[in-house]
Amino acid sequence: MSTTQEIAAQIREAAKRLLSEGKVDCVIGFAQGTVPMRDYPYFAYTPEEAENLTWSRFCCNNLSNFLIRRPKGEKDKVAIVAQGCVSRNIVGLIKENQITRDQVYILGVASPGMVDRNKVQALFPLKTITEVIEDGDDLIVKGMGFEERVPTKTVLRQNCYTCVMRNPVIKDEMIGEESALTHGGNIDKVAAPWEKLGPEERWAAFQEEFKDCIRCYACRDACPLCYCHVCFVDEARPQWCGKTQEEADVATFHILRAFHCAGRCTDCGACESACPVGIKMRKLTSKIEKDIRELYGYTPGMDLKSTPPLSVYKPNDPQEFIK
Amino acid sequence: MFARRRFAVLKNLLEYVGIEPGRLHFSWISSAEATKFQETVLAVTEAVKALGPAKHMIKDIRKVA
Repeated sequence: MSTTQEIAAQIREAAKRLLSEGKVDCVIGFAQGTVPMRDYPYFAYTPEEAENLTWSRFCCNNLSNFLIRRPKGEKDKVAIVAQGCVSRNIVGLIKENQITRDQVYILGVASPGMVDRNKVQALFPLKTITEVIEDGDDLIVKGMGFEERVPTKTVLRQNCYTCVMRNPVIKDEMIGEESALTHGGNIDKVAAPWEKLGPEERWAAFQEEFKDCIRCYACRDACPLCYCHVCFVDEARPQWCGKTQEEADVATFHILRAFHCAGRCTDCGACESACPVGIKMRKLTSKIEKDIRELYGYTPGMDLKSTPPLSVYKPNDPQEFIK
Repeated sequence: MFARRRFAVLKNLLEYVGIEPGRLHFSWISSAEATKFQETVLAVTEAVKALGPAKHMIKDIRKVA
């Protein structure tokens, strides 16, 4: 298995080749962040800019988000670095007619599993981490007066443990070799953690998880499924959802946000990674994904042919709740 | 038929976050089924009355403003 540094070098090579040959107008990838563990989405328009591209275990954004509504004046063809979940979202966008397949050139990579920076920070309470370097299966975490090795496996994002598709489902070019499909976790064992609680406890758990929400909408903005021109929370006439941090407004936002993603969410974890207060909204969204799997046997974004589960029906769909 | 799938997911989601089962009802009633409509409305109001006033998702404008 190649290291992420080797993959990064190959991504740079491929990007330079594509840009200098004029095959694409832009390569969307990641560049090293100015703070540790926060590599950020980067748009390379020239072979020189392609030098800044990188690949690491800190690439938590879902790049397919940037394929939607590309600014006017730019030409259409873009290359994008995509691991399993991102490629699944690209499939979703193609199916939902947001982009066409020939608009994108997919540089496929096998996902190494991304690091949850909150987990790393939690290991060093009250300390400032100044540098984190990947070294084989470990992370070397450096700060003022300390330097420690942390096994990467222990600090991955929760959704990466239960990933079912680390390799890209569609690609034009593979960078590095394909890896094992899963990380070994079983999503059905951890999805919908509040199911075992009673109604009151569920509500309490829901409130506890979302009580810190500041309604910044970072989860929505990071999500490649959220491309409505006017989101229901931004609409003023009528105002579907209040703008306060009251329990009812916060709950409405998160329930509806989750519901809008029903049957489309690929569990890429971009929402959780984007949250500035560390809310684990997958505790909510995983319930819907589980239902879609169990009721309609569908896993979003796995291929271009299957029909989205909520745009079709079968005569024998479950309906015991209808009186 | 499409709605059936969406409602199945929505109902499960709302119950999952702690809205009591029985507060949310679905029914298929044709415009020709007056009796069924009446029966359903009675059943729904009874079920909701039995649960009492809603405890969640309440916003008191006087407190917020």
